[in-house]
Amino acid sequence: MSSANPGRSTATVSDDPAAGAPGGASSADPDAFLGLSKEECVELLREMIIERRFEEKAAEVYQVGKIGGFCHLYIGQEAVSAGSISPLRDDDYVITAYRDHSQAIARGMTPNAVMAELYGRVDGCSKGFGGSMHMFDKSLNFMGGHGIVGSHLPLAIGVGYAIRYRGGDQVCLCFFGDSVVNIGAFHESLNMAARWKLPVIFLLENNRYGMGTDYRRVAAVKELKDRGRAYEGLTSLDVDGMDVLAVRQAMEEAIERGRNEKTPSFIEARCFRYMGHSMADPMHGTYRTREEVEKWRSDDPILSFTRRLMDAGRLTEEEYKTIDREAKEIAEESAAFADRSPFPDPEALYRYVYSDGYPDDMRRRDAWRKELR
Amino acid sequence: MAVLTYREALNDALREEMERDDSTFIIGEEVGEYDGAYKVTKGLLDQFGEWRVRDAPIAELGFAGLGVGAAMAGLRPIVEFMTWNFALLAIDEVVNAAAKMFQMSGGQYNVPIVFRGPGGAALQLAAQHSQSPEPWYSYVPGLKVIAPATAKDAKGLLKSAIRDNDPVVFIESEIMYNLVRDEVPEEEYLTPIGKAEVKREGSDVTVVCHSKMVHQALAAARTLEKEEIDVEVLDLRTVRPLDVDAVVASVKKTNRAVVAEEGWPMCNVGAQVVDDIQREAFDSLDAPVARVNGLDVPMPYAKNLEKLATPNADHVAAAVRHVCYAD
Repeated sequence: MSSANPGRSTATVSDDPAAGAPGGASSADPDAFLGLSKEECVELLREMIIERRFEEKAAEVYQVGKIGGFCHLYIGQEAVSAGSISPLRDDDYVITAYRDHSQAIARGMTPNAVMAELYGRVDGCSKGFGGSMHMFDKSLNFMGGHGIVGSHLPLAIGVGYAIRYRGGDQVCLCFFGDSVVNIGAFHESLNMAARWKLPVIFLLENNRYGMGTDYRRVAAVKELKDRGRAYEGLTSLDVDGMDVLAVRQAMEEAIERGRNEKTPSFIEARCFRYMGHSMADPMHGTYRTREEVEKWRSDDPILSFTRRLMDAGRLTEEEYKTIDREAKEIAEESAAFADRSPFPDPEALYRYVYSDGYPDDMRRRDAWRKELR
Repeated sequence: MAVLTYREALNDALREEMERDDSTFIIGEEVGEYDGAYKVTKGLLDQFGEWRVRDAPIAELGFAGLGVGAAMAGLRPIVEFMTWNFALLAIDEVVNAAAKMFQMSGGQYNVPIVFRGPGGAALQLAAQHSQSPEPWYSYVPGLKVIAPATAKDAKGLLKSAIRDNDPVVFIESEIMYNLVRDEVPEEEYLTPIGKAEVKREGSDVTVVCHSKMVHQALAAARTLEKEEIDVEVLDLRTVRPLDVDAVVASVKKTNRAVVAEEGWPMCNVGAQVVDDIQREAFDSLDAPVARVNGLDVPMPYAKNLEKLATPNADHVAAAVRHVCYAD
């Protein structure tokens, strides 16, 4: 399906917002599993289930006030994170927006570190300074969680520039949502990446709604992947984002292009977010119907991949139950771990403003805060 | 010692630092083939090639962010804005990305980057091309903001900025590129970030200033000498982090202060300096602190109106007389 063939639509999405999941079949041989072993397939599934159970736990503890601020859940989109991150090498780079918990876990962060970050504790991956939207782990080349829509695409091409500058063969995978295609930073980034051959994979997760706005109400193109056609040297394609193997295949090809030809790719993964935009937002209502959500839920990426593996004799009911039980335990343990982790100490306030320390004479301006002296 | 223009001193700093560290590169509009809109990057493309001297499309947001991402991946970018006016298109990357990355990542990703270019008014460039950006960036924790007044400081501070591990906003001046020339040491030197310098010692009143206003203050001091008023000119050089110790030490010596800068008065650098003085040297003051600044209007084009809106040496001299009760 995801041959390097700009403009080729591989998933058919109806114009009807309530039409449901992409109906187009993947051209990947469903029995071949991209040459992955049984174990590798099960690992992909396990990854998706851990992400799902983690987010469900996050929603639960958010409701009782353990997590503050915004909290954007990824439930429904797991095929994209698992399918895209799994074929990367350790020395590749990943950068993303604010719906970042699952991608962080897919990249190798422990659920404990992600949950502790959600709790704002010292054992969080960003030591409690980032929260839900700002997951970072330099040791994994996971370059954040960024909260301003579209602003991290220029950062991604900077990473691509650094790769070329040093003559490396890594790629930078950059996730973003459908609202980004209308932002100037998107075009500025695609233009420079194509012009200078920067090995960046722009992975658009088209979950159909930028917060509560259907992408078709605000984008003057029907097919968002067509936005990439303006840039010579950029391969644009779309893929069924509910199908983990389809995503993985598209990524493997994009990674090849990035490593060998240094060229960027723009992949539109068509998917759906099952929850509201953030924990503060409704699952459905004025902007989408309950029926539409339910229709997409019937194409749940985890259930459909589970079925596929079982049908092919690669997974038993018993194995599935074990994976799911373990995933729930991992999620439970992450919350318990986060609860045990201490809050950052007050002195940490000044610790990461400047890498060479906070000037004493500037700090004197805070002398009115007696407890900080 | 060689006498260099402000422009030549900057060019030397760029060349020396790029020779010293091959992770340093420059990106911006017209920095390569054109030799720089103001020729600050003259000759660098020939010497270093296109990956290290990159002509960018007119896409300030995009190439500023490219710099931030490259810095996170281990390079030391220098992003040139043709002028700071155009950098408003990129302020999200400077403020939301560069300034906050180190803290937001819990100390994992520092961002060693320099954003540089000319700021302030020049000659009848009208409203959109005549503004002083220092206060916009000085407001932001995580940034360092430098605005040198002399060729010597321009070179020493730019070299320090390039070696610094945090994002630096480096504000030059179209007017000073050619008009300012002074002695620059031939041997290597670095000027420390965050340290003010007394540009003229005096005992009666302190003029706290930076960038172009240093020259206005020095001119005012020469005038006032004839009136037997001995002015100390304190050049902040870095406006964030601000050298509060140096300001307070000078005011405690002179007991009077004038704070002078080119930009608008509301929430500007001088407003903060006045606050630092009243908090830390209130008992030393013999008069309220006076401020000199541009008028609180967008810069008009008409020559006479531009002159009225722009602070000059006469305004500084008048303010000094005022705090000395000599007017």
